[in-house]
Amino acid sequence: MTDTPSTEPLVDLAKDAPSEFLAVRDLRVHFPTDDGVVKSVDGLSFTLERGKTLGIVGESGSGKSVTSLSVMGLHRNVGKKSGPRISGEIWLDGKELVGASPEEVRRLRGQKMAMIFQDPLTAMHPFYSVGHQIIEGYRQHHPDAKKQQARDHAIQLLDRVGIPQPDKRVDSYPHEFSGGMRQRAMIAMALANDPSLLIADEPTTALDVTVQAQILDLIRDLQKEFGSSVIIITHDLGVVAELADDILVMYGGKCVEKGPAADLFDKPEHPYTWGLLGSMPRIDRDLQDRLIPVKGSPPSLINLPSGCAFNPRCPYAERNEGRCTSEVPELVEAAPGHRAACHLPAETRHRIFAEEIAPRL
Amino acid sequence: MKAGRVRPAAPTRGGRPTAGQPTAVLLYIVRRLLNVVVMLLVVATITFGIFFLVPWLQHTDPVLRYVGKNANPVAIEGIKVKLGLDKPIYEQFWLYLKGLVAGRSYNNGPDTTWCPAPCMGISTQTQTPVWGQLTGDFPVTAWLAAGAATLWLVFGVGTGVLSALRKRSVLDRVTMVTALAGVSLPVYFTGLVTSALFVYNLGWLPESDPGVTLADDPVAWFQNMLLPWITLAFLFAATYARLTRATMLDVLGEDYIRTARAKGLREGKVIGKHAMRATMTPVLTVFGMDLGGLLGGAILTENVFNLHGLGYDALNGITKNDLPMIMGVTLFAAFFIVMANLIVDLLYAVVDPRVRLA
Amino acid sequence: MTTRNKALAAAALVGALALTTSACSGGSKSSDGGSGKGGGSSTFNAAATSIVNPSTKKGGTLKLWSTQDVDSLDPAIGYYAFVWDLQRFYTRTLVNYPSKPGKDGLALQPDLAEAMPTITDGGKTYTFKLKQGLKFEDGTPITSKDVKYGIERVFAQDVIPNGPIYLIGDLDQGQKYPGPYKDKDKDKLGLKSVQTPDDSTIVFKLSQPNSDFLYHLAMGGGAPVPRAKDDGASYAKHPVSSGPYKIQGYVANKGFEMVRNPNWDASTDKLRPALPDKVTFTVTSNADDLDSRLLAGSVDIDAGQRGVQTAAQGKILRTPKLKASTVDAPAATIRYISLQTKVKPFDNVNCRKAVEYAINPTDQQTARGGQWAGKIATSMLPPSIPGSDNYDPYNLAAGKPQIDKAKQALAACGKPNGFSTTIAARSTSPKDVKQAVAAQAALKAVGITANVFQYDGSQSASTVGSPAFMHSHNIGLNVFGWGSDYPTGSGFLSVLIDGRLISKSGNNNYSEINDPEINGWIDDAAKSTDPAAAAADYTKINHKVMDLALYVPGVVEQSLNYYNPRLTNVMFSQPLGMIDFSALGLSDGK
Repeated sequence: MTDTPSTEPLVDLAKDAPSEFLAVRDLRVHFPTDDGVVKSVDGLSFTLERGKTLGIVGESGSGKSVTSLSVMGLHRNVGKKSGPRISGEIWLDGKELVGASPEEVRRLRGQKMAMIFQDPLTAMHPFYSVGHQIIEGYRQHHPDAKKQQARDHAIQLLDRVGIPQPDKRVDSYPHEFSGGMRQRAMIAMALANDPSLLIADEPTTALDVTVQAQILDLIRDLQKEFGSSVIIITHDLGVVAELADDILVMYGGKCVEKGPAADLFDKPEHPYTWGLLGSMPRIDRDLQDRLIPVKGSPPSLINLPSGCAFNPRCPYAERNEGRCTSEVPELVEAAPGHRAACHLPAETRHRIFAEEIAPRL
Repeated sequence: MKAGRVRPAAPTRGGRPTAGQPTAVLLYIVRRLLNVVVMLLVVATITFGIFFLVPWLQHTDPVLRYVGKNANPVAIEGIKVKLGLDKPIYEQFWLYLKGLVAGRSYNNGPDTTWCPAPCMGISTQTQTPVWGQLTGDFPVTAWLAAGAATLWLVFGVGTGVLSALRKRSVLDRVTMVTALAGVSLPVYFTGLVTSALFVYNLGWLPESDPGVTLADDPVAWFQNMLLPWITLAFLFAATYARLTRATMLDVLGEDYIRTARAKGLREGKVIGKHAMRATMTPVLTVFGMDLGGLLGGAILTENVFNLHGLGYDALNGITKNDLPMIMGVTLFAAFFIVMANLIVDLLYAVVDPRVRLA
Repeated sequence: MTTRNKALAAAALVGALALTTSACSGGSKSSDGGSGKGGGSSTFNAAATSIVNPSTKKGGTLKLWSTQDVDSLDPAIGYYAFVWDLQRFYTRTLVNYPSKPGKDGLALQPDLAEAMPTITDGGKTYTFKLKQGLKFEDGTPITSKDVKYGIERVFAQDVIPNGPIYLIGDLDQGQKYPGPYKDKDKDKLGLKSVQTPDDSTIVFKLSQPNSDFLYHLAMGGGAPVPRAKDDGASYAKHPVSSGPYKIQGYVANKGFEMVRNPNWDASTDKLRPALPDKVTFTVTSNADDLDSRLLAGSVDIDAGQRGVQTAAQGKILRTPKLKASTVDAPAATIRYISLQTKVKPFDNVNCRKAVEYAINPTDQQTARGGQWAGKIATSMLPPSIPGSDNYDPYNLAAGKPQIDKAKQALAACGKPNGFSTTIAARSTSPKDVKQAVAAQAALKAVGITANVFQYDGSQSASTVGSPAFMHSHNIGLNVFGWGSDYPTGSGFLSVLIDGRLISKSGNNNYSEINDPEINGWIDDAAKSTDPAAAAADYTKINHKVMDLALYVPGVVEQSLNYYNPRLTNVMFSQPLGMIDFSALGLSDGK
């Protein structure tokens, strides 16, 4: 299990509450399958302060969604033969969730922590009206609320997320909304109980480009208004560029780089992050050939490449006398609050970035 | 059956136009009812064609089916005149349709029988109008269907849900093997074995008393109906268990179920409300069709258990060459199939807001 | 049903029967009480020749069940054998059969009539005197005019068809009487050949002597019907009783019950003991369930008397106690194969004889259901018909094909290497088809190729009933059955061999034999007023039919029927071809 050294010193092995609002420590989520164990998340740690926004970025299969489902306690069949094995700690406002009973976690879901899903059409029940679905979530955690009161609350929420004629639309069904409106309704549903933690899993991926910005704006505004902590999960660095305070880059179930958003954009340390930056369309650079996608495909989570999981796709793996293919790099501090897991010496990385990468971005 | 039916296997995705306005729904119902009438006319025409036109084309005389072993010319002529079989085929057809709508009289001089609308003819076996017999026997089939449907929905859907929730468990495997048995075993088999076991061997139930009605003696009536209900339900419960299990497994993988959980809903509500509502949609569709087409199962069940319902009339009509009875049962069954379809379509719009009646 | 389903159904039957074993031991307890009282105790087939459990104990409900509804309760229409048996409960005729086992049951006795008729005018005039004190169920007296009216109804074939019509042939005599409903006579008594000089006298004038006439009068069509209560086709729903029981609550396909008729006077009726207080008749759709109820003792007797189902049969034969309450006696029905004298090469008697020798009688019996369903017939008169003897010119009783004799006959016919022909069978009668296939196999062994031709039984009048059709399709052999409506040689055999009855369609003389000697004997028997003399004629006819090899007799039908051991006076009636229901009583009085 522990073939990968912990990336962050686990000082507090005893489960004592951290000071941060959300703290994830050495999270491992392993799915047993017929072909072997899928190590979707393998030793992930991060923290999030109250009112801040964390962007988790990575390709599909990098473990970012599995992480969010773990925080929400939405994995099924945990502890059963066919279910995932989850270890590590998830602290939310002083409460540990991995070891908590499902019922305790359920009480927090939708109330203290809420989630916005990628495709609002499939994520909303087609047979219930939007209002009903909001009200249902609200009354679950406010059992004393009267029906009318809950309905008024739903209308207010719909109004707040920018749905016109909310008193009418409250009775509409999901299929009667446009994609953007649906996502707004989804957000309203997530905000129903004024959650302290909001997880948005690819909130704009299924939407038109023009609508994407509106939704991101909305999330930012709401965060300011409600003071929630937000985790935005995306494969697109562009999405979190202006939204996130901190960014965590995941690859092969592990964190390969994390740090303040500004640092990460200005001085990215990891070759994978460079690739992500290179493949990010930017409005101020319209030349298509500047887009540099990361070559190759994501690794198998059953048989990760030995050494650095990124080595088969890393153009600089050769420069390190085989260390990249034999030794798993640790997440080490490159700058204050900025960590990266790469065997290349820091100065080499900085030189490569400055000379080869930055000009092409 | 007709335009307007939308039948997704399990609701997943895809935006559809909005549900119709009340007037549009009313118009829809009217149009569908007209369709029902047309359908019944077509069925009436086809059955008439099979039983009268085909023999006529083959130069065989349908009247020969009405006479007994004494094919006495006077008797043949009398029956011909009485049933109008001496008239040209198109006139016979017209009289048949007229009888359905307005009633008709069967008359050969000394012997007149009035057959009120909807006249489906006179049973050759009992000499009474078919319609009266069918409506008289209908409650038996209706009770059989209602009891069996209740049983198979409760047990079929119940075990299907449990199987889906406990996928690959012992319960799941036992249920699915039993379900396979239910689908494969003929009613005749289950009927005989259950009655031999519960009546003659264990003595848990008395021998059925074919004369008893619900009004006479509810307890005896219930005892009479219990095995037929179980037998017929067993045939269908299996289908429902399998269908429910498969649909439920699909639904449980849907995003909106995850959303329901993400809202912090209790698992009971996630399954019982969100998952069940979506699961019941295809079940409802199949249920509507099964209820309309139940006569097939009822034929065997009623004959095994000696219940005098429409299924009994159907088989009896066939074995006794009672053409008007066969045609009547066919028409009656067709009516229920198209009505069941219509009701399912209407219910469908109620259950699934994405379905528009148009 | 698919083959697989049939197999499963068969398995179900075996399983069901295994499960019912414990139940039936309870049912047979009642036999202890029943058999103690009478003289003859119940043993297998004892009821065929004697009265089982004789008793005069009254009371109780006789429970009859049937898988078939009555064809009609109208005595002029009912034609099913078991319905004739049931008619004895509520219908009396001038003469009728006594409730006696064996040959004694065949001799007609006066019923409504005071005595047997006075026959005058060289056998052409029959005069009956009615008993005094006869009443219908509503209390109105039964008069000779009611008897005449009842007979007239038989003529109204356009209103009440499908019953026996022998009386029309006897009494119409060219009048073309249309039946009472179209009768111009104000009393609707316009049939000239029947006269009612007073209320207790009825006179029949025949155009020629007819030894079968009394048998025709003994059928339901000879029963009195009160004109005031006759409503044509609907009379079947509520026939007015002249017998000891009246009908109540008839519902088609469900059944009815019969309760005592208070206006029936036992002193006028020597033929019916009328022991039960009530008789119920219930129709069921499940023959196996009926057997289960019979063996459990909750049903007294299967009214259809067509034999128990295969599953129950096996169980009964294995269980001596059950077998003791069964009867398996031959009825007057033969399942034969006719040989067409007008289809080559069967115009040659030796080719016909080759078939008689080549056939395997045991296989024919097996095709009909085995030894419990029929006995090998050796000639064309069933044993219950007067005149029947053990004539067996082709040694069919041995039950084996006789290849050598068949080949000799073929050689004599000039076809030593065999020939090719066609054998017809009703596809609607599976046992007929089995018989045809068995015959096909037997004939193959002597070089005769017989192709099986199947046709819809409801179309038999225009197929095998049409000589032209038979000729054009080269149908030399035809599987068919015949049961007599009344126990005389003419009732059974004349229809099959009277050359003057050959008709273009609906023909029953399949062999198309028109032999002057046979025709002469038929006429001679008809003229005879002495049943024994008529029987002697039919002995001769039967021998000649066999000598000419016009029919392979096949099988005399019978069926294994179980009855509740609590029943008293159980006896097999030869004229009815089944247990006489009207004689039955209940030993426990319940």
